Amino acid sequence: MTAVTNDMPIAPAAVTDARKAGNWLLIACIVLLCVWVLLPIYLLLVNALSSPAQVTGFPKRITPSFDFGSLSFFLNFQGVGKALWNSVVVALLTMVLSIGIGAPAGYALSRFDFPGKQAFRFLVLMTRAFPLPLLALPLAVLFIRTGLDDTAFGLAIVHTTLSLPFAVLITFSLFSGIPVELEEAAWTLGCNRWQAFRKVVLPLALPGIAASAVFAFTISWNEVFAAAVLTIENRTLTAFLLQSINVSPLYLKFAGGAALVVPALIFIFAVRKYLFAMWGIANR
Amino acid sequence: MRSTKALPYLLLAPATIFLVVFFLYPFVLVAIDAFTKGGAVTLDNFRTMTSNWKFSETLRNTMLLAAVVVPIQLAMALSMATIVSKLSMGRSAILYIFAIPLGLSDLAAGLIWLTIFEQSGFLNSWLVSLGLIDKPIMFLGYQNKWVIFTAVVLGEVWRATAIMMVILVAGMGLIPKEYYEAAEVFGAPPWKRFTKITLPLLRPSLQTALILRVILAFEVFAVVAALSGTQFPVLMGETYHWQFTLQDRGVAAAFAMLILAISIAFTLLLLYLLRVPREARL
Amino acid sequence: MKKLLKLMTGAALAAALLSGGASAQALFWSTQAKPVEEAQKMRDIVVKGFPGGVDYQPSDDGPWLTRLQAEIQAGKGTIAVLGALHGSFSSMSGDLVDLSGVKLGDVHVNDQYRELAKLGSQEQKYLPWMQATYIMAANKKALEFLPQGADIKALTYNQLVEWAKNMAEKTGSPKFGFPAGPEGLKHRFFQGFLLPSYTKSMVTKFRSPAAESGWAKFKELWQYTNPASTTYAFMQQPLLSEEVWVAFDHVARLADAFNQRPADFVAFPVPAGPAGRGFMPVIAGIGIPKTAPDMAKAKELVAYMMKPETQIATLRATNFFPVVDVKLPDDMPNSVKVSGPAIAAQTGAKDAVPALLPTGLGNLGGKFNQIYNDTFERIILGGQDIRPVLDEQAQALKALISQAKVPCWQPDPMSQGPCPVE
Repeated sequence: MTAVTNDMPIAPAAVTDARKAGNWLLIACIVLLCVWVLLPIYLLLVNALSSPAQVTGFPKRITPSFDFGSLSFFLNFQGVGKALWNSVVVALLTMVLSIGIGAPAGYALSRFDFPGKQAFRFLVLMTRAFPLPLLALPLAVLFIRTGLDDTAFGLAIVHTTLSLPFAVLITFSLFSGIPVELEEAAWTLGCNRWQAFRKVVLPLALPGIAASAVFAFTISWNEVFAAAVLTIENRTLTAFLLQSINVSPLYLKFAGGAALVVPALIFIFAVRKYLFAMWGIANR
Repeated sequence: MRSTKALPYLLLAPATIFLVVFFLYPFVLVAIDAFTKGGAVTLDNFRTMTSNWKFSETLRNTMLLAAVVVPIQLAMALSMATIVSKLSMGRSAILYIFAIPLGLSDLAAGLIWLTIFEQSGFLNSWLVSLGLIDKPIMFLGYQNKWVIFTAVVLGEVWRATAIMMVILVAGMGLIPKEYYEAAEVFGAPPWKRFTKITLPLLRPSLQTALILRVILAFEVFAVVAALSGTQFPVLMGETYHWQFTLQDRGVAAAFAMLILAISIAFTLLLLYLLRVPREARL
Repeated sequence: MKKLLKLMTGAALAAALLSGGASAQALFWSTQAKPVEEAQKMRDIVVKGFPGGVDYQPSDDGPWLTRLQAEIQAGKGTIAVLGALHGSFSSMSGDLVDLSGVKLGDVHVNDQYRELAKLGSQEQKYLPWMQATYIMAANKKALEFLPQGADIKALTYNQLVEWAKNMAEKTGSPKFGFPAGPEGLKHRFFQGFLLPSYTKSMVTKFRSPAAESGWAKFKELWQYTNPASTTYAFMQQPLLSEEVWVAFDHVARLADAFNQRPADFVAFPVPAGPAGRGFMPVIAGIGIPKTAPDMAKAKELVAYMMKPETQIATLRATNFFPVVDVKLPDDMPNSVKVSGPAIAAQTGAKDAVPALLPTGLGNLGGKFNQIYNDTFERIILGGQDIRPVLDEQAQALKALISQAKVPCWQPDPMSQGPCPVE
């Protein structure tokens, strides 16, 4: 499997075909979609980097005036560094927990038929389909009684219940797409089940695991409600900034929004290559 | 493989224990709230919920929004994933750009779209400076429910398409290239290849992406609240309202049970429609 | 990358295991002074002087209530002092410590508010902390459109409608704004301003012909009201962006406009109806939950918040006015200088009809507000006929009042037994 590299060129046939169908159309679509995605983000950044007068003024300019007043208000906020650290800790713990617990479950769902399988899938989906703010009360009572209250680990547990369904279902669909024969071939070559999994299946499933990681991280990063209820001393950045954003002046809303989005974007950037690390495994 | 029988259960055990303690236990407590009032078992909370004058509008809005948003997102996510897979250059950069909205919370997304559509917002600024209109138009006024609806749809499509796209991209990576090569040999045009190879083989990922997206669509709230205020009530908003403003936990729990029931119904439907027959699996 | 991630995760795990350990700071859990700037000022200039330190944490009503309920259910808490509006306290009467023993020294607290804070019991369930009310604000550009003979210090609802109409017709777009968004405080307008101005009542004459004409007048005003009002929560924002020129809102929610551009805006009293100039205070209180970890310290903090200096600092931070007898220094922010005279004119007006906050409704307070909001949504936004809506909502109001068994409160005359809805 070492032959499968990161930058496997896609089949030349596909390229010629795309050319036939009209390369221009493809490029136009890409540009259009990029504008669609980037424009709102750009507007957020413009507002975050503009003076309060410009943010509330009309008509609005589409270039920032590079006024760092609003942003520096947040950066100088007492305890912002600690809150940032707490957010990162909780998000990483959430990631580890949801993949560590979710991936084995996804693998079991894709490879075995066993009594209780449907019940389990159901439980996983229910988790995501129920509004978290109502669960927060009984969970908070439980946490206060057990001492998990106001710890990064406790909050990560709540965030994991939110991201676990993603992890289980995504790894499940990915493992389902990986031929059992590959594993079986490895067994006949003398690998045991674990070795076959680690050497054959896991590399193929990396994109799915990366996707689960991205989801877990961003879900945790952006979650406000549970964070506001369950952390006091160890507030996360979101609970610290975002929950009061609705009632803050407009220019601070934008600065806060921008301050929160940047770390999440850095994280996605860092794991992006794993998202399709094994692109084109076809050459089996 | 002597342990094969026990293996699936061993693999599922951590997740199951986790969910039972941290989801099922609080869930049961909330469910009890929904079906009791003052200690007695009753359907009163559900009656209060359904007899509220806003209820049918709330339910209709939520369903309508899901019915419009999810198909658009499916189409866009499929196109984005296909485009990314076709690229030979800059693939990683484009994929990253497409995935950017993932990093935004729904509160921030609502904020951004509000500044586009509000009266002194960006859209009006552009229209005025281009000379198309001479004074700002009121887009989000309470009389223009359809404009509000359109704005909410745009905001939701922008915010949550990336979730589906990332799942589909990961799934497309697993489709064997030989299939396409074979199709090429037989002269199948691109569209045929997409419908005959990509879509069927993508079914597990499609199923996952759709189920997750549909479930989340029924919990839509922050973007709607930002853009419509009170003018486009949705189920999740009413849940919050009963829980925290009216402080009636029973009725709030009833709303939550309704959201759960709708989500489960649609999940079952999707599981059925996109079922992956055992023999057809790779 | 992988290594870095592993390293970070390891560090995170270690940090998670090592964290914890309560600090000695008293936790001030509040729904007030939530905007980031206000919260920061609360920390920097208001609670900073308290010995031992205060951890001031504002949060939305949802998390605020959830955390509090969880601590009470668990029987163990970290919250020392609660800060919230009167309405939030009234639903948790049984979970609050009696504050009548708190030593306030020679500080004199407004007696009426103190009585209100007993929530219909014998105990001091909370102490009034700060007060505000609603006033009107206008961009100076709007003044030239004032109707003939109208005195801005003594407007009537008729004149306001005419003014709004003038502006809408002459500028081409509606320039009056009203905080009818989900976070807006519109129910207090109907309860304490509109209805008392037309009926001298909040509850008893809910469905009277006078109430009908009040709603009809508001419906007329709504024609010239910026339709985006259903998304507004803080009128300072549309005033600053000049989406609206004239607005009604809570003083604290107008403050930014006065502070940023004091020369461009004027403040003036709310309008009067046939029955007088109805207005209502907004009262925030501080209380102590029964689960507070250090009761003595919590009580000290409450007493500290009531000191005149602290009250003045609180005014600077939040634009809420003191509830104790105190003389304001001259160097107050512009918002205070601008809105102060308007508030004085409003409370001192000859035709004033002061209304009190609902008393004794317990956790039905939210539903009481909802009746007024529903009436608004159905008549004004839904365009339903006024009479049948008032009749239906009056039934709901009657049911709620008899469930709560509360007597009338100002401006309704005192009643024996539950307050009647005629």
